[in-house]
Amino acid sequence: MKKLSKLYVSLVLLFLYVPIFVMIVFSFNTTKSRSVLSGFTLEWYAKLFENELILKSLGNTIIIAVCASIISTLLGTLAAIGISRMGKFGKATVLGINNIPIINPEIVTGVSLMLLFVFFKARMSMEFGFTTLLIAHITFDVPYVVLNVMPKFRQMTPHIYEAAQDLGCGPFKSFIKVVLPEIMPGIISGFLMAFTFSLDDFVISYFTSGPTSQTLPITIYSMTRRKVSPEINALSTIIFVVVVIVLVVKNIMERRSLNVKKYADDDSAEIIE
Amino acid sequence: MDKKFNIGQKLVASPYIVWVAVFVVVPLLMVAYFAFFGDEGKFTLEYIKSVGQYSDIFIRSIWMAAVATIICLLISYPLAFILSRMSKKTQSTMLMIVMLPMWMNFLLRTYAWMTLLGNEGLINHLLGMIGLGPFKMLNTVGAVILGMIYNYLPYMILPLYSVMEKIDPSVLEAASDLGCNRIKAMFRVVVPLSIPGIMSGITMVFVPAISTFIISRMLGGGGNMLIGDLIEMQFLGNAYNPNLGAAISLVLMVIVLIIMAAMHQLDSSDDDRVLL
Repeated sequence: MKKLSKLYVSLVLLFLYVPIFVMIVFSFNTTKSRSVLSGFTLEWYAKLFENELILKSLGNTIIIAVCASIISTLLGTLAAIGISRMGKFGKATVLGINNIPIINPEIVTGVSLMLLFVFFKARMSMEFGFTTLLIAHITFDVPYVVLNVMPKFRQMTPHIYEAAQDLGCGPFKSFIKVVLPEIMPGIISGFLMAFTFSLDDFVISYFTSGPTSQTLPITIYSMTRRKVSPEINALSTIIFVVVVIVLVVKNIMERRSLNVKKYADDDSAEIIE
Repeated sequence: MDKKFNIGQKLVASPYIVWVAVFVVVPLLMVAYFAFFGDEGKFTLEYIKSVGQYSDIFIRSIWMAAVATIICLLISYPLAFILSRMSKKTQSTMLMIVMLPMWMNFLLRTYAWMTLLGNEGLINHLLGMIGLGPFKMLNTVGAVILGMIYNYLPYMILPLYSVMEKIDPSVLEAASDLGCNRIKAMFRVVVPLSIPGIMSGITMVFVPAISTFIISRMLGGGGNMLIGDLIEMQFLGNAYNPNLGAAISLVLMVIVLIIMAAMHQLDSSDDDRVLL
């Protein structure tokens, strides 16, 4: 049984990773062939770094992701504070609307924003470009920030905020000193989620970007329309390596903080004893 | 608590509420408007009716997404169970390895299959060496379904794993003590306890699969158009017709809502929803 389980897991992993590894291997291939290896070269990587379109769209992607995730974190955190003070009905209504961009098919969100921007363009001569793209990204990022911050309010003891005020803090100061540290983990995970979704988004960007504000996924899409381009293999390899590094570092850091927490718990247990 | 400040705290949500109203609610109302009102602003059912012409595309999208979802479920279920019974440390590492491909852009993952499945691709090359083929694999229905499975498999594994991880091993031990064999314990204990995971997995795979337009274009050629392709063509393609596009989008939204409501109904224990 154990062996069978191992075999099964390996087969699924093979299915997940073989396509990626084939791309990595062929990114070093001297010819454009997709099936015959003829020699080792770094030519495609060199071509990639000379490709101004790719570099520019990479820059655009990062700028958009940074701006969109910061703005949506601010907007979403403030929203979560306000929503947590609302009555039952208000809370349910707002959270219901908050879920729309999450459950709606991406293409519908993209198309609906495009219709709005076409209207803006006609009435206020607002061209498709950086602004429309940023608005679209904030729109699909904010719900995730709200969803990450809201549970922190539920987990928080409601009285510590009042206690801070009883002990002489003003409302604003007690928010900064007491509430903010409590909800911080939710804010950070919301921010990171917004950032990665912005980096990765293709469908919504496809409908809302202009010719001057192409993001990397859009450039990748236009590259795949051409028949054969080994530069994509090189790009995939680089992205794969970056993802592996980020995830490994994240895992190590999480384990460390978990260990620290464990030690801290042990200490407090000893004190109690 | 200070009542004035409480109202002030409610007001901090107002920028968000304005944002959502303008960029979520109004755009959806515009979709509805475009679907029901023609150029002169007159009410018409013409566009909704003409969606009927494309019923073959709708049926094809629904069954292809359904097949992909079922295969994803069949592959993921044993995998999630095996993962959930590993030691805690191995679990987190294995989960990271399973989820890692999802962090690459789906265009790159789909492109990988384009190169593998092509007539001059690696698979046909390898088959050729043992005297088989070449088989036409790219630009077929199978290729599109394969692309859907490959892209959305992690969306099925994750919710299944997160419900199974919570199943206490002692529950399974109790089942075997009471005379269940492994297979019986699986169907009478694990499956009922994992229903919420199955339902959210199905939703998380089916919704993106039915509305995709890139996977079908990259792996299906021109002959396997899906709802997503049809919508895209009305807005950015040669067939420019935003009214028809809006009507199709509206129908797609209704289909998705029906599926989600059905899944929600089947999943009675909905207080512990698994989202993402």
